[in-house]
Amino acid sequence: MNAIEMKSITKRFGPLVANDHIDFDLQKGEIHALLGENGAGKTTLMRILYGLYHADSGQILVDGSPVHITSPKDAIGWGIGMVSQHFTLVSPLTVAENVVLGYNKGYIYRPQEVIQNVTKAANQFGIDVEPSAIIRHLSVGERQRVEILKALYHNAKVLIMDEPTAVLVPQEVDILFQTLERLRKDGLSVIFISHKLYEVMTICDRITVLRDGKKIGTVLKNDTSERELARMMVGRETFGVYRQGEQKAGNPLLRIENITAVDKKGLTALKNVSLNVYEGEVLGIAGVSGNGQSELTQVLSGTLKPASGKIFIGDKEITNASPSEITRAGVGRIPEDRHAGVVGELTVAENLALESIEKFTRRSTLDKRLILKNAEQLISEYQIKARPTDPIRTLSGGNMQKVILARALSPEPRVVIASQPTRGLDVGATEYVRTKLLEQRNRGAAVLLLSEDLEEVMSLSDRIAVIYEGQIVGIVPGTEATEEQLGLMMTGARQEVKQHG
Amino acid sequence: MVKFRIEKAPAPLWIKPLIPLIAIIVTFLVTSILVVMANANPLEAYYYFLLSPLSNRVSALETLVKATPLLLTGASVTIAFASGYWNIGAEGQLYAGAIAAAGLGMVLGNFPPILAIPIMLIGGFAAGMLWASIPALLKVKLAVDEVVTTLLLNSVILFIVSFLLNGPWRDPVSGWPQSPQIVDSAQLPRLISRSRLHLGFLVAIIMILIVWFILTRTSLGLKMRAVGHGQEAARFMGVNVGQTMLTAALISGGIAGLAGVTEVAGIHFHLIDAISPGFGYSGIIAATLGALNPLGVGLAAMFIGLIDTGAQTVSRSLGVPVYLGNVVQATLLLVTLGMFLLQNYRIRRD
Repeated sequence: MNAIEMKSITKRFGPLVANDHIDFDLQKGEIHALLGENGAGKTTLMRILYGLYHADSGQILVDGSPVHITSPKDAIGWGIGMVSQHFTLVSPLTVAENVVLGYNKGYIYRPQEVIQNVTKAANQFGIDVEPSAIIRHLSVGERQRVEILKALYHNAKVLIMDEPTAVLVPQEVDILFQTLERLRKDGLSVIFISHKLYEVMTICDRITVLRDGKKIGTVLKNDTSERELARMMVGRETFGVYRQGEQKAGNPLLRIENITAVDKKGLTALKNVSLNVYEGEVLGIAGVSGNGQSELTQVLSGTLKPASGKIFIGDKEITNASPSEITRAGVGRIPEDRHAGVVGELTVAENLALESIEKFTRRSTLDKRLILKNAEQLISEYQIKARPTDPIRTLSGGNMQKVILARALSPEPRVVIASQPTRGLDVGATEYVRTKLLEQRNRGAAVLLLSEDLEEVMSLSDRIAVIYEGQIVGIVPGTEATEEQLGLMMTGARQEVKQHG
Repeated sequence: MVKFRIEKAPAPLWIKPLIPLIAIIVTFLVTSILVVMANANPLEAYYYFLLSPLSNRVSALETLVKATPLLLTGASVTIAFASGYWNIGAEGQLYAGAIAAAGLGMVLGNFPPILAIPIMLIGGFAAGMLWASIPALLKVKLAVDEVVTTLLLNSVILFIVSFLLNGPWRDPVSGWPQSPQIVDSAQLPRLISRSRLHLGFLVAIIMILIVWFILTRTSLGLKMRAVGHGQEAARFMGVNVGQTMLTAALISGGIAGLAGVTEVAGIHFHLIDAISPGFGYSGIIAATLGALNPLGVGLAAMFIGLIDTGAQTVSRSLGVPVYLGNVVQATLLLVTLGMFLLQNYRIRRD
């Protein structure tokens, strides 16, 4: 009998179908991977199981009998525990206090008793944590073990781990795998959400692959290969925009030399990244999200200072330059999150003017007429469906992206940094954006395209660099790249991948 | 059974200008309870509160006198809040301006008013800026939360004032804890005879207009609004976020300092401990009620001036404690904030 069975689960967010009639089953005592790219619907499915979301349709069975799970409390009652990427621990309290929090019966709190109980539980489950330690003093790996202990303490028979290795250093990953292995022998069932192939192949018994909200299939580890999984993960429908004509060999307009950078949490996000982007080419960067693309975009946009390394636009060094210096050096930037590229409360015209405000200012007073004229011109040129005086937050995603495109591309920059330029856009807007990017290439600009959409990278790029865990693991000519090969490189497959300079 | 659910949906545009009005009505309904508890008739009370101050020349002008410091602190808070800098310290910056006014007012005896008054205003502005620069620099350089620092500095400057008034500046003539009277040439002239309405009112109106001009017509103002509404996006577009915020904080402090000058040089002519009954905090209410639109803030400041004047009339005529005015102000703030939040939701029948 299956510990968990999910039948034909469907979940919509507005027009987006996050889960489309997904079937999923978990056997007792197995580690079952849920594999897929970001946005494939893995986390949504598990949030439904844990009661954080409600399915629009479908059924959940625990130990063979149908159940209604409407909140995490219900899920915990049915023996389901979840360890999410963002821990839910109270940092000034002790490990033991966190473990019993919310489940300490009675009104009197007896610290000694709580510590004894938790110590007993930790020993029983073989989880290495010090119950009297304060959470604040623990490493990320230790905190994760506290989360696991918390779930087990509340009698979890099924443990959902949402990308548990994303926050861990390699040694901690080993400890986590040992812990999970031991718990499985004791009869625990684990759902392991991941997009890293080699991890899945190391620890899991069965693998279910999701793609674009649909289930692609469930395979036994022993019957499959990293190659097959990569193909299941990344295959996609295609759009009609393709790069045409050979790239004219030219000079490197953007040079990135040995850039190392640290993310917000203080972890190394980019390790010694070196890239050249030449005149008249699109260099695509493929990778699963969270492998350093955001930080690379930020470093190139002037919103994150690199720890070391150098960046040049032509001969001009722009390492550590401010965003406005970078813009003036001839860089058009399309940010990863379009809402971080425009101020929602300001009007379309104001957002179009702010980046080069000096041009629209006469003796520190705004030239409102010029600002409006500029906006009207760009609105018609870029087919933006909006009036210059509309607050930009009222625009659709596609129109907002066109505003950003207009702002970035209208000064005819020498270098274009486009990060996730079509994320969340409909087909029409996607084609428009891609066409505009290729126009830039054809007029001789160097275009750096960072995208999680492999089809996009493959159809637009002259060369494709793959980023994995903050490093460029290989560069492949666009004409030679295959989805399978890129998929393997993106997911850190251990086997040797043939690398091209 | 009919079921309802609450969903997130923006309110129609026409409702926005009505929010302050509805807030005022709700506030009066709520505070009526207190009026009834004080054994008075709410309708009568609100007649004295809102209409009687405007029914004769003296109290109508007195409303404008009361509104003067509120216009200034309202303008001060507006430019800071619009830039995403939460200056709760207008009260303290007002006292900084008042100290400067009292100090300058003692030594400007040899200057004609045409020189002395601008010196007073510039001095007060500079003092407010200086006091505001402490939390502003801490915020910009070290990311210290400005809400905490600006608020705490308000008490610090009160102690400095106490020190001055009980020590070096104690009035030798009366012996009271107040500074010596400022010289005649430093006193703000009356705008209308037989009233207390002084030049400060004009200064306040001009500052409201200047803040409006800065925020809507200058590149600095556009940068400020960009920082206020989306720091990350503003930084991406090349705005120097720290510098913009610092500028806003300093202008804000300066304008609040002017409120100290108008109170010392227009009303009291001494520095006293209680020069402000919380004008800095009422400025926050005015700025919120006016939805950070400087012209709306001006109207809100006038309205709060009316409540302050009205509270005294109610108290005289009906024996309701004068603190009712404070309760009305505070309730108004809470109701307005609540409405700004609730306008994003609607209740629907399932």
